[in-house]
Amino acid sequence: MSETQDLNIPLGPPQEKMSQALASVEDVHGERMRVQMGPQHPATHGVLRVEIETDGELIIKGTPHIGYLHRCFEKVAENITWPQIVPFTDRLDYCSSMNNNLGFVLACEKLFGIEVSERIQTIRVLVTELNRVANHCVAIAAYSLDIGAWTPFLLLIQEREHILDLFEEICGGRLLLNYIWIGGLSHDVPDGWLPKVHEFVEYMKPKIPELNQLLSYNKIFIERLANVAVIPADVCYQYGVTGPNIRGAGVKWDLRKNEPYSGYETYDFDIPIGTGEMGQVGDAWDRYIVRVREVEQSLRIIEQAATRLEGMPGDDVKAAIPKTFAKVPKGEIYFRTEQPKGELGFYLISNGKAKPYRVKCRAPSFSNLCVMPKVAPGLLIADMVALIGSIDIVLGDVDR
Amino acid sequence: MTLSEIVEYLQASFPDAGLNLDETEPEPLILIPREHLQEVALFIRDDEKLHFESLMCLSGIEMGDELHTVYNLYSNKHNHKVSLRCKVSKEDPVMPTVTFVWRTAEWHERESFDLIGITYDGHPDPRRILLPDDWEGHPLRKDYVPQKKWHDIPLMTKEDIEKEAEAEKGDAK
Amino acid sequence: MNVLTSFCNNPANWFFIKLAISLIYMVGMITFVSVFALFAIWLERKISAWAQDRLGPMETGGFHGWLQTVADMLKLLLKEDIIPDAVDRPLFKLAPYIVFASSFAAFATLPFAANLIGTDLNIGIYYIVAISSLVVIAIIMAGWASNNKWSLFGAMRSASQMISYEVPVALALLIPILMAGSLSMQDLVSVQAGGFWNWTIFGGGGFKLPFTVVALPFTVLAFLIYFWASLAEVNRCPFDLPEGESEIIGFHVEYSAMRFGMFFFAEFANMFLVSGVAVALFLGGWYAPLPFLEVSAETSPVLHNIIGAFWFISKSVILVAVQMWLRWTLPRFRVDQLMHVCWKVFLPFSLANILIVSLLVVLFNQ
Repeated sequence: MSETQDLNIPLGPPQEKMSQALASVEDVHGERMRVQMGPQHPATHGVLRVEIETDGELIIKGTPHIGYLHRCFEKVAENITWPQIVPFTDRLDYCSSMNNNLGFVLACEKLFGIEVSERIQTIRVLVTELNRVANHCVAIAAYSLDIGAWTPFLLLIQEREHILDLFEEICGGRLLLNYIWIGGLSHDVPDGWLPKVHEFVEYMKPKIPELNQLLSYNKIFIERLANVAVIPADVCYQYGVTGPNIRGAGVKWDLRKNEPYSGYETYDFDIPIGTGEMGQVGDAWDRYIVRVREVEQSLRIIEQAATRLEGMPGDDVKAAIPKTFAKVPKGEIYFRTEQPKGELGFYLISNGKAKPYRVKCRAPSFSNLCVMPKVAPGLLIADMVALIGSIDIVLGDVDR
Repeated sequence: MTLSEIVEYLQASFPDAGLNLDETEPEPLILIPREHLQEVALFIRDDEKLHFESLMCLSGIEMGDELHTVYNLYSNKHNHKVSLRCKVSKEDPVMPTVTFVWRTAEWHERESFDLIGITYDGHPDPRRILLPDDWEGHPLRKDYVPQKKWHDIPLMTKEDIEKEAEAEKGDAK
Repeated sequence: MNVLTSFCNNPANWFFIKLAISLIYMVGMITFVSVFALFAIWLERKISAWAQDRLGPMETGGFHGWLQTVADMLKLLLKEDIIPDAVDRPLFKLAPYIVFASSFAAFATLPFAANLIGTDLNIGIYYIVAISSLVVIAIIMAGWASNNKWSLFGAMRSASQMISYEVPVALALLIPILMAGSLSMQDLVSVQAGGFWNWTIFGGGGFKLPFTVVALPFTVLAFLIYFWASLAEVNRCPFDLPEGESEIIGFHVEYSAMRFGMFFFAEFANMFLVSGVAVALFLGGWYAPLPFLEVSAETSPVLHNIIGAFWFISKSVILVAVQMWLRWTLPRFRVDQLMHVCWKVFLPFSLANILIVSLLVVLFNQ
């Protein structure tokens, strides 16, 4: 059988220079050191363990070991009824619960042939985009902490707090929401909520230039990220890397545009991509800045959706929810949606009973993380931290 | 290309491979015998007309006495998708790997081995991924019984959980 | 009373008197350093809180949580002192004391006021630079003895960083030394008497007008190089790689309770030390910015010293606050960038600076 396509990870100039320098002096090579980065390590965003082999601070090999947060989602899902799975999807990627709910619910609706009203779709778009902003806030905040800048962390967590307050008002939950149900929503939006959304958008818009000033275009920050941990587009395809990471590699790929669902085709928004503004296309800075620009685009969608909702007559958000799930259509389906971290897919098999026969979750963080052994060699330990942060993993999503 | 065109094209390219279209609702898929899986996989990745360069999802499934692997493929170039399915019996759960075709399959195959128990022949790193390396059994099998102990740590069985739930109910009363 | 007077007048007893005075000064200094460390930790929290749009500690002690760090220190004192099994026990136990002792020992020649100085050695500044380098040894001890790869990373980073940055620090300090022509701390301060325009940073340092204007850019540059390099010396952001909480956690990862507290104390004592040296050499030491703001020694020697100490400590605290402000604003450098900045930016600039300033000194000294 022929070998896999030849994929080269370009090293940034600093790492390349350092590797060359180290290669030229044989004497400095001592014993290689094997270090366990994690499971208790502040930069691994949870309980990821990366086994790294280092020559001084230069990484020769990095192998991620996962599974510390495995909660048997797929096994549990086989033992409970369809609507009961929705709260479990909250816990997959706990930073973007709405988007997980939506992914699972849309897969189920397609499998069962349920149609929901336009108003419900608009509410869904609104809340998932809000959650996308919240997720990117956490991603950028945690990333700034990884790079050693403390202040943006707390500032961004504060912005996220406003979104969580909005969520609390519509469904009572802040982190784990269980808001989007199969065939509808758990609650209608309360009175006076939409003006608050507009207020939030107006409040959030000037924050992004502020963030750019404080962090994105900081000289040290750029020096740390430009040309570091480059993931080119062909590597992204091969390893199934999706979301802001593949967009950072310069590929205009977003399921909201390419395979629109929930009426995304009717909204006016752009897909930001990495252009190699500060270094090579697909470096850590590109992946970072794509997230920042996506927040702007999400705010645009939120504004449009909120304006649309104001003009729509109210309806019953629970009207299309099936009375019983005791008998559902048989079949299999793979359905994917654009989650903030990448492509969230659900492969569902129904044998007509109240409980699913098989639920397979294609988690975005899981596939994004598997590129790490490819990219890690040649990085410094500090760059490893920059790599893990820039692919934005949540271990709940990786381990399920 | 539509699905039927893809099937016809594949059947013409591999006349003796025995490719079949399985009309499962709502997404039909192509059945591939395991002997031909690797060559078909390589072909549909590299062929100009098909160009399925991205493996969206790889799922291991237990179906009665058979174990299946489903490959959901997508072509970014031609914007079409297809699902492949390979079946093996439980007695001989060995399947050729497609890791060298789509590298993302590496972790998905490890997961499928871990949870369903399908062995992927030729996999570069055939270890468990989510469970500890010395775990017994494959939890997503329908007849899976959890082991009693793991490294002297007693594990809860289904009966234990039920007993505890009953005891809690009693306390509540 | 007579007994005391006769005791003091006997030259044979002068040794004991000197010893007693030194002991009193030492105890006073330890108290000052500890109180300052407590204050600086509180200040750091407050500055970080202001930078991050929050309040910081507000409860303990009433007014803006001023007792918070005292409470934290009590907590650290009462905590269990955990020593892992596999550590090198003697070294592990010794390291925190050496860190604290070496940063404390450097305070001996720091001139707080005209007479408030441990001892005015004729090589005072040399002594400070030398003795504060001992911290490196202690940090390597801590990192190595912890028997933990992450702390070893921290120790190696720290050693390479501190040794590298000694060079620009020392070269930048040579500028005021050149201008004052002395290594004694009090001499270095006293040439800057009479208002801020005589401070070394503004080209003063014992020289008069034409020199001042010509030398101004070079002295400012020397100050900036010293200040930035001293940030690396004390492992502050953006050069806080030895700690690097999010990368390698730091050389003190295995320490707990008060042993960790010692490292913490030493860090803040060091911050004051480098700020104090900057103030003494560049920013007029204990002289007020404007002459009428101080009390001359003839009027009241006691008041003269108190006002002098006030100015010295205020200027130092302002510099410490600037260090904190930088920390809560900037991200962290990477190892290779750190070395790049030191050897390829700071070193050539400070060498050229020395050359130019020594030429100027020779020219204008005629």
